[in-house]
Amino acid sequence: MNRIKPLLGHRLFWPVAVLAVMLVANTIYRPGFLSIEVNNGHLYGTPIDILRLSAPLILVALGMTLVISTGGIDLSVGSICAISGAVACLYISKAPDQNSFGMVLTALAMALGVALVLGAWNGVLVSVIGIQPIIATLILMVAGRGLAQLITEGQIITINSGPYRAIGLGHFLTLPLAIFIALGAALLVAAFTRRTALGMIIESVGGNREASRLAGIRSGRVVFLVYVVSAACAAIAGFMMTANVSSADGNAAGLWVELDAILAVVIGGTSLAGGRFYLSGTILGALIIQTLTTTVYAMNISPQTALLFKAVVVIAVCLVQAPAFRARFSRRRRGTPPPPAPSPQRQKEEVPA
Amino acid sequence: MSTTSLTTGPSWAKVPRRHVPVLATLALLLVMYGIGVSQYRAFSNVQVVFNVFIDNGFLLVVAVGMTFVILTGGIDLSVGSVVAMTAMVSAWLLQSGLPALLVLVVALLIGPTLGFLMGCAIHFFDIQPFIVTLAGMFFARGMCTFISNASIPITDGFWTTMSQYRIGDPRGNFVSVSVLVAFAVVLVAAYVLAYTRLGRNVYAIGGNPQSALLMGLPVGRTRIAVYTISGLCSAIGGILLSFYTLSGAPLIGVGMELDVIAAVVIGGTVLTGGSGYVFGTVLGVLVLGVIQTLITFDGSLNSWWTKIVIGGLLFAFILLQRLIGIRYK
Repeated sequence: MNRIKPLLGHRLFWPVAVLAVMLVANTIYRPGFLSIEVNNGHLYGTPIDILRLSAPLILVALGMTLVISTGGIDLSVGSICAISGAVACLYISKAPDQNSFGMVLTALAMALGVALVLGAWNGVLVSVIGIQPIIATLILMVAGRGLAQLITEGQIITINSGPYRAIGLGHFLTLPLAIFIALGAALLVAAFTRRTALGMIIESVGGNREASRLAGIRSGRVVFLVYVVSAACAAIAGFMMTANVSSADGNAAGLWVELDAILAVVIGGTSLAGGRFYLSGTILGALIIQTLTTTVYAMNISPQTALLFKAVVVIAVCLVQAPAFRARFSRRRRGTPPPPAPSPQRQKEEVPA
Repeated sequence: MSTTSLTTGPSWAKVPRRHVPVLATLALLLVMYGIGVSQYRAFSNVQVVFNVFIDNGFLLVVAVGMTFVILTGGIDLSVGSVVAMTAMVSAWLLQSGLPALLVLVVALLIGPTLGFLMGCAIHFFDIQPFIVTLAGMFFARGMCTFISNASIPITDGFWTTMSQYRIGDPRGNFVSVSVLVAFAVVLVAAYVLAYTRLGRNVYAIGGNPQSALLMGLPVGRTRIAVYTISGLCSAIGGILLSFYTLSGAPLIGVGMELDVIAAVVIGGTVLTGGSGYVFGTVLGVLVLGVIQTLITFDGSLNSWWTKIVIGGLLFAFILLQRLIGIRYK
């Protein structure tokens, strides 16, 4: 028991356990689930597919992790995905040679620029004007869909561009390129937050913004920065989503990705109250969500009914992570008084996310 | 956060601060209506106003429920899905031949039950309302498609009567039954919030849950109650929607929660809780309805302008609340 206990208490234990259970269940249901084969020098198989499809979610969730760790939330990422994808596809569709590499780079830079402006807008609303994050980003979530449709003029822009398509479907070193992009972004964020003081500064701002400011941290600037980073991540995810289907749909691109991203972050153990963040947990959370989606597809259940399963997983993961639930559970099991409730956090958690 | 005016002197000259957002919404509504009347001759027809109510009756009911939740400082993302689920379940049960009254009762029970469960999860396990109601949203939406992937038509006599019954004056202007139901819900909700113990508790918890607890107010019971109320309102909204469309469609009301939240915020309710009125929510819903009517009348503007305008209005009203110094956490 003594050896298992620290393992059970590890923050990544439950996410890993859930992922493992899902993989095992899949393998039992369909023995070929985990098999990977080499075809044309590329690796193919369900695990690779899960990794490739989860890449956009991982990107969005990375940005979301930073935002949530400052005690905020970014609902606008789905709209930013749609806008950046729409801008890039519009530029490419107007170009004389859609396969020109330089032109695609210009398109990406332009779309990224637009996304950064939108992220800065969110950042200013939250850090300078001081609007509650959920409502500040709700503005762009609602209006952004309209903007994306305005850019595409309500149409679906289809493009035929090799370099752009590669962002979503290309291969590199036998693996899909998207995996490397997501991995690169994750490593970059991890390096900046965990190898420098930035991560600790972000956590301290999330813990108490005013106290951090008095301690000499430019809290406003940090909060501003996380929204810009989140928008940049969302933009790259938007490129992947549109590249996957070689078309930009202002209405459907990135729809509900913000909810999935928030879920991934919460499953990964980051509290919505802010003050702590776990990048590895977030990536695991994104993988869990994508595995769940793939599982449900593989079982021939309609995507909408998949939401039912998602609801069950969300509630289950949240319950096992909720301190109040754990306290009740352990009290019943061992007959000992529960550990003291986390009272300093309590008031914070009652604030709506 | 009491409704009695704390200001002294001539009451008409000094508007209490917390009334400013509602008055601003009212002014905006009048200006928009004025623009409509001055631009389009048919706009001054009374039926245009009635149509706004007919088209948004269900939204109004749902928004009233959301007002309760937001006043306590929570949020309910599940409303759109619960509306769809209620419509879907009633269409499905009617199709399988159950009597209309029984279906009505069953359909009206589902929403509050889900709301009650979500409230319990939020209160007893200390999970954020955002996450719990998100799971509720997924669950309800999943149930819709679990029942059927396609839209189910409703042919029941009671439903079609309700849908087609017109209450009007001799000149031909009319409202539907849904509008009356919506008004009834609004009046009951306004009464509960302003004059009952439950209503006072809602404001107190929204103001400061810790203080409310120390004052001995039943925080847990109230919190569970508001999610149940929101579920009930969504269920009523779902029934009204099924009167309106005479069908249950699995994908109806997607994104409705955003419209509802926007309406509540435009109506002057502060998202951190403790300040706002049902009357403001009514105005907020009307603003959304008039925007849609204006865009329909214009004809050259596309539907996406609705979203952009709503976003812009959200921004303007939040800025306004900020400027007049209503408390933000």
